[in-house]
Amino acid sequence: MNKKYLTEHVMHVIFLVCGFVTIACVLAISLYMIISGLPAIKEIGIINFLFGTKWASTAADPSYGILAFILSSICGTLGACVLGIPLGILMAVFLSKMANTKVAGVVRPAVELLAGIPSVVYGLIGMIVLVPFIRRTFGLTNGTGLLAVIIVLTVMILPSIISLAETALSSVPPEYEEASLALGATKMETVFKVSIPAAKSGIAAGVVLGVGRAIGEAMAVMMVAGNVPNMPSLFNSVTLLTTAIAKEMSYASGLQRQALYSIGLVLFVFIMIINLVLNVALKRGNKK
Amino acid sequence: MKMNVRKVLALVLCAALIFALGAGCSSSGSSDSAADTTASETADTAAETTETAETTETVELSGTISTNGSTSMEKVIAALIESFTAENPGVTITYDATGSGTGITAVTEGSTDIGLSSRNLKDEETEAGLTATVIALDGIAIIVNTANTVTDLTIEQIAGLFTGEITNWSEVGGEDMPVAVIGREAGSGTRDGFESIVGVEDACAYDQELTSTGAVVAAVASNEYAIGYASLSSVDDSVVAVDVEGVSCTEETVLDGSYAIQRPFIMVTNDNAELSEAAQAFLAYCTSSEVVDIIANAGAVSIAQ
Repeated sequence: MNKKYLTEHVMHVIFLVCGFVTIACVLAISLYMIISGLPAIKEIGIINFLFGTKWASTAADPSYGILAFILSSICGTLGACVLGIPLGILMAVFLSKMANTKVAGVVRPAVELLAGIPSVVYGLIGMIVLVPFIRRTFGLTNGTGLLAVIIVLTVMILPSIISLAETALSSVPPEYEEASLALGATKMETVFKVSIPAAKSGIAAGVVLGVGRAIGEAMAVMMVAGNVPNMPSLFNSVTLLTTAIAKEMSYASGLQRQALYSIGLVLFVFIMIINLVLNVALKRGNKK
Repeated sequence: MKMNVRKVLALVLCAALIFALGAGCSSSGSSDSAADTTASETADTAAETTETAETTETVELSGTISTNGSTSMEKVIAALIESFTAENPGVTITYDATGSGTGITAVTEGSTDIGLSSRNLKDEETEAGLTATVIALDGIAIIVNTANTVTDLTIEQIAGLFTGEITNWSEVGGEDMPVAVIGREAGSGTRDGFESIVGVEDACAYDQELTSTGAVVAAVASNEYAIGYASLSSVDDSVVAVDVEGVSCTEETVLDGSYAIQRPFIMVTNDNAELSEAAQAFLAYCTSSEVVDIIANAGAVSIAQ
């Protein structure tokens, strides 16, 4: 056999193995989540588990309803997106189209620095500065709640949205914009009607990353959410899916521990669905 | 300009690196010196003990003991480990601060030698072959913000405040302001201890549930409406511990039983697994009268007198 072909074959096998390692990890984690998450759902009943409004895992007569967690997670993530996506995109437009090189040279490292700050630091600042601020501003007895969660998450998802959107906007062929300007469009019209639509897929990738980070964040959220299993409310303590697990895991036993795995499974399915939907939406958008 | 920004950034990063290095070195240096001093002390005390107790057997203990469990017991167990390993340099003791539940699970599964729990064992746990050894008592202080004028509460008033029946401080002799109830997460030893002693199991209307004693103290310190609970050993000047039924929360009142809200610190061993000689010695040491001061210094109350 030719030596050249042998190397080809060997490399082929190596690449195949590398590919399978990733797939094996995903499969192993998925299987583990399903195996350890299902028993509690079976025992509690899927309707009671997903749509139960009361979570009292350590009570004498425990109830395991996670509707409040699910809704709080959705509200928190949605809120962060509503604030973070426009802010991030406009910031990216500023960096890539408006700012001169000097200003961009200062702002860009600052945004990158924002991405490098550990989540626990966001939580700490949220807990010490933001929560008392919200409490005083709105005259509450307690400042923790969805509002604090949304603000912290917004700041946390900004860097990924900004950096990906900026890369996408900067790689829009200058001919498009020049053509638009030459046809008499103003700079604003060019940005919103030419540049942003052309950079759509890159911006969407940033949004996907941001949503993923927002829904999966536990540490920073736990420090500002108040962690009481209430229904979502801006000014009342809430528990999200992630914090429900993180909060009780260290002390849980028996069915409570299994139920926490089930929450993990729900969160896992949730993120899968979000990724799928966004991917499908992305592909459709690209085809058009 | 751009270059300047880069240079400044690089400089800042360098400074941070150097600082981190310095901090790392100094901390390792200090721990070294601490080890040195304890080692020399050990040599002294060891010499003394061999002189005084020549007749008793002086077997050199060695090996590794792993302990795992309650975060509330961290200060106590760290002090005990330090003094025990100072007397027995051949022994290494590890401590994982994971939580009472995890510690009990670990000792059941045999992944640790001694489990640490700040709550009594449940029936299902003693049935599984676990034995509890009480080493100390811990008072749970009821803490309020320093701006709060309330200094004394009865158990019923505390129960009322935590269940949400009392929603204004004026109802218990304080100023006219709302009450913010701050507690620990479900499953926490402190929460379990507090709720069972006060009789408000599963009935508390918390405004915040935090995952560590330190976080509760910080939250109460930053909110003038707040009431919370924390281990006596963790209470500092940033908050005020109120009297319960007219008894202030101190080590003396916890030990003589007059302070009502208190719980045990226990060491959990598995009857089905044989303890190493070193682990047995450590367990005996923790319940001996030698450690009264050590436990007291760590903020809990030793039961050995």
